[in-house]
Amino acid sequence: MSSNVGIETQGLTKVYGSGHTEVVAMREATVRAEAGQCVALIGPSGSGKSTFLTAVGLINLPTSGRIYIAGQLVVDGPHARIDSRSFRRRSIGYVTQKANLIGFLRARENVELPMHLNGAAPKTARRRADELLDYLGVGARSHGYPPELSGGEQQRVAIARALANEPSVVLADEPTGALDGKRGRQVIELFRKVAHEHGAAVIVVTHDHRTLDVFDAIYEMEDGVIRLATGDHFPNMLRRSEA
Amino acid sequence: MNLASRDIRHNIARFALTTFGVGVLLMIVMGMAGIYRGLVYEATLLVDSVGADLWIVQRATRGPFAEISRVSSSLADRVAAVPGVEHARRFVYHTIQREREGEPLRMAVLGLDWPVDRGEWLPLIAGRPLSQNHYEMIADRSLGLRLGESRRLGKDDYRVVGLTGGMTDTGGNGFAFFTEQDARAVQFDQPGEAIRLQRATRRARTGREDVGQTEPGLIDRAGGLSANIPVLIPGQISAAIARTAPGAERQAVLATLNSWTDVTAFTREEQAELLLHGVVEKARRQLGLFRTLLTIVSALIMALILYTMTLDKLHDIALLKLIGAPNRTILGLILQQAVVMGTVGYGIAYALGQVLFPYFPRRVVLTNDDLTQLALIVLGISVAASFLGIWKALRVEPNAALMG
Repeated sequence: MSSNVGIETQGLTKVYGSGHTEVVAMREATVRAEAGQCVALIGPSGSGKSTFLTAVGLINLPTSGRIYIAGQLVVDGPHARIDSRSFRRRSIGYVTQKANLIGFLRARENVELPMHLNGAAPKTARRRADELLDYLGVGARSHGYPPELSGGEQQRVAIARALANEPSVVLADEPTGALDGKRGRQVIELFRKVAHEHGAAVIVVTHDHRTLDVFDAIYEMEDGVIRLATGDHFPNMLRRSEA
Repeated sequence: MNLASRDIRHNIARFALTTFGVGVLLMIVMGMAGIYRGLVYEATLLVDSVGADLWIVQRATRGPFAEISRVSSSLADRVAAVPGVEHARRFVYHTIQREREGEPLRMAVLGLDWPVDRGEWLPLIAGRPLSQNHYEMIADRSLGLRLGESRRLGKDDYRVVGLTGGMTDTGGNGFAFFTEQDARAVQFDQPGEAIRLQRATRRARTGREDVGQTEPGLIDRAGGLSANIPVLIPGQISAAIARTAPGAERQAVLATLNSWTDVTAFTREEQAELLLHGVVEKARRQLGLFRTLLTIVSALIMALILYTMTLDKLHDIALLKLIGAPNRTILGLILQQAVVMGTVGYGIAYALGQVLFPYFPRRVVLTNDDLTQLALIVLGISVAASFLGIWKALRVEPNAALMG
């Protein structure tokens, strides 16, 4: 396993139910995202993208297959090799379609929380939260409660929270779904910046093909089968890679 | 970062209102315990404060509080002559109901053995003890009588010369203290017509008997004042109370008195037991039952409130799990809120009680033991009530944060 691998999955399969009711949501999914790489996962609704993301996020373990994060085998078959929640806290940042902030915490507290959970000193957590919010352009709104922030601001705070513990992996499930095109692109560019500047492996599930030129690699998923997309399918990406 | 305090801060109005409701509920639980203690206090108040070691009552009765007791007023003199008795007094006790300004006025009438006892031992808050053997009274302030006010009881007017605080009987009726003679006059007051009829009856009965026919002077005596007829029973009192001499064997004195065939003697402790286990026992059990039920209701309501509060936070809890919060963080969030609610509710209950309990119709006595016991119960309820919420919270999957 190469040391600069952020995420690698090998033959991930997820089966729901059994016998006549058996549904294969994901079949032999093999994906690789380097540290510092921003990868898109696209595909129609119901193709298994969220199943893949929740498996990699150690939320919904696969039926079979292996997951390596930062070179460490964390899932082998249906079993986690580590304490999933603790590992998620330390090493995985998760961003969902809706900003999903904790309603009774202010923006800055939402960002501080993962650091507190990880044992950071209050002052350190506060300083880093302020830095992240400034970095993401919402430093001025750090005292606001989530309902007081716009959709874009909330999403930025959620991204700041996902980056709080400097995770080796950032997973984003349709993070631009609730945003208009311009703001959606800004967010995707932000993820790329995070990957490149922080060295995290970022996987973004998206439906928005207009932003695919931003990604370093694109995986396509259909009927539970995942494959690496080529430039033939996505000329924007090809143009960027040629440039 | 304390999540419980952050959640409370964000929903302060709702939390404050809910906690106030819990506080009112706990105040009632606290009040129940206080009313029970008040019953016990009132039941034994007079027995404790009158300063008697022995109570001598009508034979085979449990008087004078648990049931009616009638003994001769000369009993006190007989008791005083018993070796080991330092002092004996007459004791008159009964309850009357009159009207005052259109409202019923119930008072526990207690006769003081004038001139030995003028009521100096009473907890006077205004005025003075009795200074003459007739037409004066000392009233408890709970009766609502004013110092200097005159009340007509029977055929005489009695002026309030002193006010006591907190002197009530087992029924919560305020005491009114008279001289023993006045207390009996109030108790045995008869209308003039009834007295005239009694005299006519005596005169007629004497006239029919041989003795009346042979001694005509007796017919006039029979129709006169009953106090002047030696064969009639002298005035009766409720009991005699006695204090034993220092160094005297109280049990020996008690045995002597109990050997008399017309009376039964009790020690102060036995009299207190009669009151506690006779007069207030059922009320005590009833209050205990209500208190238990209210405690259970409080626990159920708190559990429901905490469960509902947890339901409102299920998405946040799922999100906490998604970002890797350990179970102890989630447990702490619910448990700390429960404990804060219980603690603040208890504080509100205590503060409200201090303001409202004095206005309760019965005395409410809060003891440190009861307050400590309730505090521990509230803590237990808070923890137990949060179990339902914790159970629900622990079942939430982080997946739930990804939905909706």
